[in-house]
Amino acid sequence: MTTDTDPVLAEDPITGEEIELPADVEVGEIIDSPVTGTELEVISLDPVTLEEAPELEEDWGE
Amino acid sequence: MRIGILYSRIRRDEKLLLEELRDRDHEIEKIDVRKQRFGLESTTANVADLDIVVDRCLSTSRSLYATRFLDSYGVPVVNSPETGDVCADKAKNSLALAEADVPTPATEVAFTKEAAMEAIESFGYPCVLKPVVGSWGRLMAKIDTRSAAEAILEHKETLGHYEHKVFYVQEFVDKPGRDIRVVSVDGEPVAAMTRSSDHWLTNAAKGGTTEPFDLDDRALELVERASEAVGGGMLGVDLMEVGGEGSGEYTVHEVNHTVEFKALTEASDVDVPARVVDWLETKAEAFAADGDDSSGDTNVDDATDADEVVL
Repeated sequence: MTTDTDPVLAEDPITGEEIELPADVEVGEIIDSPVTGTELEVISLDPVTLEEAPELEEDWGE
Repeated sequence: MRIGILYSRIRRDEKLLLEELRDRDHEIEKIDVRKQRFGLESTTANVADLDIVVDRCLSTSRSLYATRFLDSYGVPVVNSPETGDVCADKAKNSLALAEADVPTPATEVAFTKEAAMEAIESFGYPCVLKPVVGSWGRLMAKIDTRSAAEAILEHKETLGHYEHKVFYVQEFVDKPGRDIRVVSVDGEPVAAMTRSSDHWLTNAAKGGTTEPFDLDDRALELVERASEAVGGGMLGVDLMEVGGEGSGEYTVHEVNHTVEFKALTEASDVDVPARVVDWLETKAEAFAADGDDSSGDTNVDDATDADEVVL
């Protein structure tokens, strides 16, 4: 049985390794891959899927 | 309340905001602008019946267009597209501050490298060259010599997007190793911090260290006036101390319209997300009251589950 505080497991799209995400992860959230440090975007939650996050663009910011 | 959030990337800032909204049992409509279409009269985004939409787009261009479209449909959105338009462009930002008599660094804009060189020489060295659109201290140049100026201008003219041919030249302000970031809501400060660095750029995004800062009366006044100058909203007002640390004299160099508050939350004792949500609730109530006063003015229907929401 899982609870709201259990970490979530997902596959790192670059290395294929299983990585642990916070329990309260959000769609659209950016996660640093613990394996490569690459920024990954949470695409869906059920099941949790990740993609490499878009590259920084010039008009990003505040 | 039903609160929409425009985004394309959930940073720590958005997560803090979402947590606070959920803690208060608000219904949240997350709107990933990358997946939506915005027509002249309708959008695929489910914005019907939202009490307010908060723009948290990381991309300035998406922020400006998405808020403009929502505003045209009569959807209450903060910050307003007008505020975004002024804040997104450093030249418009500087003009708005100057027109409101808010002290701001001397600035000139030129459209050719020859004219830009004249501006640089008139300021003397060092001076600063900034892109008109950009953030986090990126592509900012402190120019110490004429030869450096020539090289940077040639690079910008040759390699840059057309906006890099709008040369924004500014006096170099000899700040005391720090600047001040104030997050404010309609001119009222939420919290403030200093950002310090040995580097001339002190942005938190550049690794500047942060400390809470108590605003004095002059700073409070300038934050209020700077906010008003750009049309109000939730803003990041950046000030530099002139005449040394603690001088009590400031210049306002920038006002940001999709302000990040993660660093400020960590640096201060203030619950910044809670204060921001307090403000959003107040704004939503004010929008609703305005709507009641002019019922029938907005063109938002009651569509809730359509693929394309007709407004």
